[in-house]
Amino acid sequence: MRRAGYWLLVSVIAAYLLFPFYYAVVTSLKGGSDIFRVDYWPAAFDFSNYGRVFTEQPFARNIANSLIVAGGSVLVAMALGLAAAFALGRVRFRGRASLLLTILAVSMFPQVAVLSGMFELVRGLGLYGGLAGLVLSYTVFTLPFTVWVLTSFIRELPVEIEEAAIMDGARTWTLMTRIFLPLLWPAMASTGLLTFIVAWNEFLFALTFTLSNQQRTVPVAIALMTGGSEFELPWGNIMAGSVVVTLPLILLVLVFQRRLVSGLTAGAIKG
Amino acid sequence: MTARETGARPPAGREPVSSLDRARTRAAWLCLAPMLLTLVLVAGWPLARTAFYSLTDAGLSELGGYAFVGLENYLLREDGRWYGVLADGLWWRAVGNTLLFAGVSVFCETVLGVVIALVLDAGVRGQGLMRAAVLIPWAIPTVVSAKMWSWLLHDQFGMVNDLLLRLGLVAAPIAWLADPDLALWSVVAVDVWKTTPFVALLVLAALQMLPRDCYEAARVDGVHPVRVFFQVTLPLIRPALAIAVIFRLLDAMRVFDLVYVMTGATDATVTMSVYARQQLVDFQDVGYGSAAAVLLAAGVALLTVIVLMAARLDLGGGRR
Amino acid sequence: MAALALLAAAGPARAEVRLAISCGALGIELSLCTEGVARWERATGNRVTIISTPNSSTERLALYHQLLSAGADDVDVLQIDVVWPGILARHLVDLAPHVDDAPARHFPAVVAANTVGGRLLAMPWWTDAGLLYYRADLLEKYGRPPPERWSELAETARIVQAGERAAGNPRMWGYVWQGRAYEGLFCNVLEWLAGYGGGTFVDEAGQVTIANARAAEAFRTARGWIGTISPQGVLNYDEEAARGVFQAGNAVFMRNWPYAWALAQGEGSPVRGRVGVMALPVGTDDGRHAGALGGWNLAVSRYSRHPAEAADLVRHLTGADEQKRRAIQASYNPTIPALYDDPEVLAANPFYGRLRPIFEDAVARPSQVAGRRYSRLSSLVWRATHDIVSRGVPAAPRLERLSAEIARLARRGGWGTEP
Repeated sequence: MRRAGYWLLVSVIAAYLLFPFYYAVVTSLKGGSDIFRVDYWPAAFDFSNYGRVFTEQPFARNIANSLIVAGGSVLVAMALGLAAAFALGRVRFRGRASLLLTILAVSMFPQVAVLSGMFELVRGLGLYGGLAGLVLSYTVFTLPFTVWVLTSFIRELPVEIEEAAIMDGARTWTLMTRIFLPLLWPAMASTGLLTFIVAWNEFLFALTFTLSNQQRTVPVAIALMTGGSEFELPWGNIMAGSVVVTLPLILLVLVFQRRLVSGLTAGAIKG
Repeated sequence: MTARETGARPPAGREPVSSLDRARTRAAWLCLAPMLLTLVLVAGWPLARTAFYSLTDAGLSELGGYAFVGLENYLLREDGRWYGVLADGLWWRAVGNTLLFAGVSVFCETVLGVVIALVLDAGVRGQGLMRAAVLIPWAIPTVVSAKMWSWLLHDQFGMVNDLLLRLGLVAAPIAWLADPDLALWSVVAVDVWKTTPFVALLVLAALQMLPRDCYEAARVDGVHPVRVFFQVTLPLIRPALAIAVIFRLLDAMRVFDLVYVMTGATDATVTMSVYARQQLVDFQDVGYGSAAAVLLAAGVALLTVIVLMAARLDLGGGRR
Repeated sequence: MAALALLAAAGPARAEVRLAISCGALGIELSLCTEGVARWERATGNRVTIISTPNSSTERLALYHQLLSAGADDVDVLQIDVVWPGILARHLVDLAPHVDDAPARHFPAVVAANTVGGRLLAMPWWTDAGLLYYRADLLEKYGRPPPERWSELAETARIVQAGERAAGNPRMWGYVWQGRAYEGLFCNVLEWLAGYGGGTFVDEAGQVTIANARAAEAFRTARGWIGTISPQGVLNYDEEAARGVFQAGNAVFMRNWPYAWALAQGEGSPVRGRVGVMALPVGTDDGRHAGALGGWNLAVSRYSRHPAEAADLVRHLTGADEQKRRAIQASYNPTIPALYDDPEVLAANPFYGRLRPIFEDAVARPSQVAGRRYSRLSSLVWRATHDIVSRGVPAAPRLERLSAEIARLARRGGWGTEP
């Protein structure tokens, strides 16, 4: 009885989360007026939308751009965030609470309010029209998030591990890389994934700070898709593009799979 | 193993050893420096600029030619009438909508996210694919998923209505996004769909880092799983959960894309970010729009502090 | 890289000018633009890069604001909506000295819409106007003529809707249009007002005219449609949402732009060969069968380093040859009346004969008068319309309030047409 309830719960949740994606797949296989018809099953497998997505624009290039920008953002946020989180989570010093709140305050403004200032900054630094400008501007929302999450997880780690290591004469660097990092894998994998996706999906900065199709990232490239005229929405292409761009992310999750679950057990044994 | 057993016990207060402590503090600031410098470089100018412009009458088309107007953008009494963001009925409507939106959607996302995380943590078969699947809503660009949902919710050719009609749950198609009484809730439902994975993944990470022994002990004692959750698991994941809630709240309070794509600029769903964006970009009133943005940020800050206090998340003191 | 190498090879001796134009992002719009630009490049030896801008006009305008307010020279030639010249006035170059007598060959209403404070800020590229689409087969089946008046439209819609529902299509509706809170709603409302002789919110002198009995009547009529001949959902429809209902065969009438014609009549469309198109109805005898004026134009940024060359590119792209090519290849509606008599254009677009008078009579939105405040004016109108049509707020007093709101807008810093 309980088992049946459990599976019912799992399937309801799965349906809620996945049905729209299924709809996207079904729609991406349609053409013309068919998109206005409700279909629960693809009537035909017409892959021409997928072909068009790649021939009408440099979509492969756009995906590569997004991978670079999102990957770069994660690396920067992790490198800076881990060091900072180590300090904030493991060392007691005055002003720690207000510092954490200040860091958070950075991401309290609506993005559109930050846009103009960021535009001037990116241009001022000569990064306009390039991917580096995007990586830089994305730190505004990736850094506070990374720092907060990692700080919280680092703080949860048992003190005794650290104390034992210090007793053994471990230096700070060793402490960080050998002791904490392995324990932090689930937190880092989750944070990294979430940061990656945030950067992957960002639209407003990406639209404003790049200008040519060659520089565009995926969400902008999808928003640029046009039909035969101003108002027509090439819905089939848009859905095909959206399905295509979720694949790298799914792949990423599967690759980081083990990191998401391993965690304390593995880490504690190693440590 | 011993490490984890002792980890669950709150550590005794330790008196700092002064020289070691100073060295550690120095190391801490060294570790913090790169992150702080980056944030100051990247966020300093845009934020200071917004705060400054909120005190001027700058327009988007002549940013140079502004005049300092003090707090007039916020509130001004002139000729017996009140002007400014705080005197605008639409602003207060936006505040109400935003609070309602953020409150309900964050609540639902948290509950659902925890449930999903527990399911994933329990070790279902095909867990890997499940985890990837759970992330899909979060992984579809918002501009696309918002548009996709507005088609799914279309009153005539939308799949949701079709499904409900076929199942006999409704007699006539429902105008999910056009009915002023339903529009906000439809947007909430989509937001829950989209961002539950965020909460789920963070909570999952917290669950994975928990010491398993507490569970084992409880299970052996035959405690009901629901009680185990509330008495053992929940307190242990509270910090991670609080952080998930804070960041969700931060985003939900600033919700823009979803609302703007799904329902346009109608009063029924206008949010503080939509309001600020209209003023800043559509109406090119940088001064007034910046004032709205500053008020929004202040509201978010206030809410964050309230959540932090409610979650008893200790930022400054020692470890739990 | 290739461009760089080319540049290096050419050396500094050749004084070729490099321009950037924003015109469409992808697909046919982009390829039409690319071809047109390539001709100009060949003729002048200059080089042009194309900047992609989003399909959504709101996003596009926001991007322009960002670039122009920073005084950026990244874009020289901008593709702008017919209501933007007033909004972007201070960033655009007066084209009059660069285009000789070319404006005289275009629809006067479009040229007028692009002229702000006596300055010609953009040249017309293609035009648009709101149209009434109808199901010719259904009107014939029920013996109803295409409607000349809104009351006729409502009656026909009711009859056909009831008949078709009884005949087994429960999803049939009478009339779909664009009721979402966005610029498209403003166009719809403007058309109702024109049909009732209710003015254009603000007259040419800047006086607010909306609080009048005819306008109130127009709004009351529209409110009567909701739930009877138009689904409630219409209040969140944009162009594509309306087309979806009509093209699936579930609506008798639709208000939309000319783009829907080719799609409704296209291969695979369920209503192919059963669609008629005409001017929108009127409400009173002296009303005007008017579609709202839409369309796109080309302007030159004030921050361009080569304004003369940029203006020349605009002159080339908006010229008769280019417009003819675009009309034949992709049905972009010319702004030059003479092209509507051109046999090659007519052969490619047989329905153009009917469109010409509609384009000529199109009613312009009050964007020149409102200038920079146009977006505010428009958003006030959406709100008032939703109050009346969706929430059932009485029309006359709400329009009084709208009038006061618009007047306040005008007073608080003028209508914003100052350079």
